[in-house]
Amino acid sequence: MWIFILAELLVFAIFFSSYAFARSGNVELFNHYQQTLNRNIGAANTVILLTGSLFVVLAVQAVKVGKLTQCRNWLLAGVGSGALFVILKSVEFADKFAQGISLSTNTFYMFYLSLTFFHFMHVILGMIILAAVAWKAQAGDYSAAEHTGVETGASYWHMVDLVWVVLFPLVYVIR
Amino acid sequence: MQYQSQAVAKLYFTAAMALFLAQIVFGLIMGLQYVMGDFLFPEIPFNVARMVHTNTLIVWLLMGFMGAAYYLVPEESGRELYSPFLAKLMFWIFLVAAGLTVVGYLAVPYATLAKITGNDLLPTMGREFLEQPTITKMGIVVVALAFLYNIGMTVLTGRKTVVTIVLLTGLLGLAVFFLFSFYNPDNLVKDKYFWWWVVHLWVEGVWELILASILAFVLIKTTGVDREVIEKWLYIIIAMTLITGIIGTGHHYYWIGTPGYWQWWGSIFSALEPIPFFMLTLFAFNTINKRKREHPNKATVLWAMGTAVMAFLGAGVWGFMHTLAPVNYYTHGTQITAAHGHMAFYGAYAMVVMTIISYAVPLMRGQEAKSNGKQVLEMWSFWLMTVSIVFITLFLTGAGILQTYLQRYTDTPLSFMVVQEKISLFYWMREASGVVFFVGAILFLLSFLPDRKAAA
Repeated sequence: MWIFILAELLVFAIFFSSYAFARSGNVELFNHYQQTLNRNIGAANTVILLTGSLFVVLAVQAVKVGKLTQCRNWLLAGVGSGALFVILKSVEFADKFAQGISLSTNTFYMFYLSLTFFHFMHVILGMIILAAVAWKAQAGDYSAAEHTGVETGASYWHMVDLVWVVLFPLVYVIR
Repeated sequence: MQYQSQAVAKLYFTAAMALFLAQIVFGLIMGLQYVMGDFLFPEIPFNVARMVHTNTLIVWLLMGFMGAAYYLVPEESGRELYSPFLAKLMFWIFLVAAGLTVVGYLAVPYATLAKITGNDLLPTMGREFLEQPTITKMGIVVVALAFLYNIGMTVLTGRKTVVTIVLLTGLLGLAVFFLFSFYNPDNLVKDKYFWWWVVHLWVEGVWELILASILAFVLIKTTGVDREVIEKWLYIIIAMTLITGIIGTGHHYYWIGTPGYWQWWGSIFSALEPIPFFMLTLFAFNTINKRKREHPNKATVLWAMGTAVMAFLGAGVWGFMHTLAPVNYYTHGTQITAAHGHMAFYGAYAMVVMTIISYAVPLMRGQEAKSNGKQVLEMWSFWLMTVSIVFITLFLTGAGILQTYLQRYTDTPLSFMVVQEKISLFYWMREASGVVFFVGAILFLLSFLPDRKAAA
């Protein structure tokens, strides 16, 4: 799983570098269109994802002392925060699409849409992974002694979170 | 060999090797036509030779994959093949269809072939690698479906292992993506767009799953390393393959009328495509280093290592060389592509088929490995073929760099044919390497002749 996570981070890292490279060739365009992004939703989503990560940390702590039901509940709370993120992000996407913005509008929007969409898909995958782990916790597959599955799922979720924490300032804020 | 029905693989391997030889012969003919334009004209024009060269390659690899599946699936599943009869029937149908198609290519002009086979009813012909008449394509679908049914039933009713599940996924993907060869939109951009769904998603997607699972099977058998360890590698490799390979299709979408974002998507994702191939190399070497037994079939272990290295060089390194959009802007469709194609197809797919043949054929004859002398001969064939493909690739790369420079990069670009004249020395050297390759292939086959003094 660690190799998988590192590989995912590598993909995003190259994407971020490409963004920086493209921006350096066209700073004005990037700054101009950056203003059109919805920073409020972006900030709210940052808080939501970080909160989700907290829930996941609590889930890992719960399983370490053998509290499986609590672990499951925290994991589900994590899935819930993911769902909230997805809803808000969809509102943001819908707004952009309503304005007729697409991947071909300009280089900035190409990066904005690609990066946020790839991340969006990772949030959904993260939710699926957390839900699967919660399901197994419910079934009693983990214990204080053996809970690698919970930690692995948590690691993936933190990766999704980490990518957003880089993505949000990079694409929405930094000028 | 644990199960009688594994023996059907022999038919497939034999036909694969026959087609392999045909492929090389037509490659040699084409190679000569590069420098002697009217060689064998009008009997075998260049376009026909090229079509036979590429089509026989695809068919023999498919035959090899099918043979590999028929060999390894019963053993992995712990049961006889669901229907050995169906496997034999499909073999003959496939062989006859492939044979008739090649005869059609050679005997009549391509336009006539299209007319005879009713291409106007459902036009699918005339596209690179998918030149087969529509009825041949339908035949391939029938064969693939029956094959999947046969293999699928064997896997699903037997013991399920990661190797067979990955293999089955790859084979299923192979069949599904082939269906796009029937989609032939009038819009040239869309045509190319979906054409790559067959070509790219085969070789840089589902075929990699087939490659990885065949290699994993051979490594499990020859090294005795725990299945669990090998399965973990397999998971990581296929995950990386799919993460990078699917969107990596974008590296074929530069400047052909598709949206500009493909230049970014294609460059970024395909830049990472060497990673799964590099992991494959690590996987093979790690596994062989940790081997728990010395398998008597040394030649097979050599092939397995060779596959991992050459796949990384040919597909990974030579692919990366021209995958970034700004580079591809100049190299698109030059001899650089041909160089990559030769080493990648040999390194990844031809070699893995020869690996499984090298492993399975002695076992089908009831011996764990061939005699020492035969194995030495086989190793000679390995080195002759591998070294000569490296030279073919280097010469074509040299030709490609010169071509790119003279025809596209310099301030005073020259026309295509003038450049071709100037780089003909490289084509001659490539042709010479091709002859060595042919000798290597012959030695490979000779090393499988039954021992004369074998006890009756």
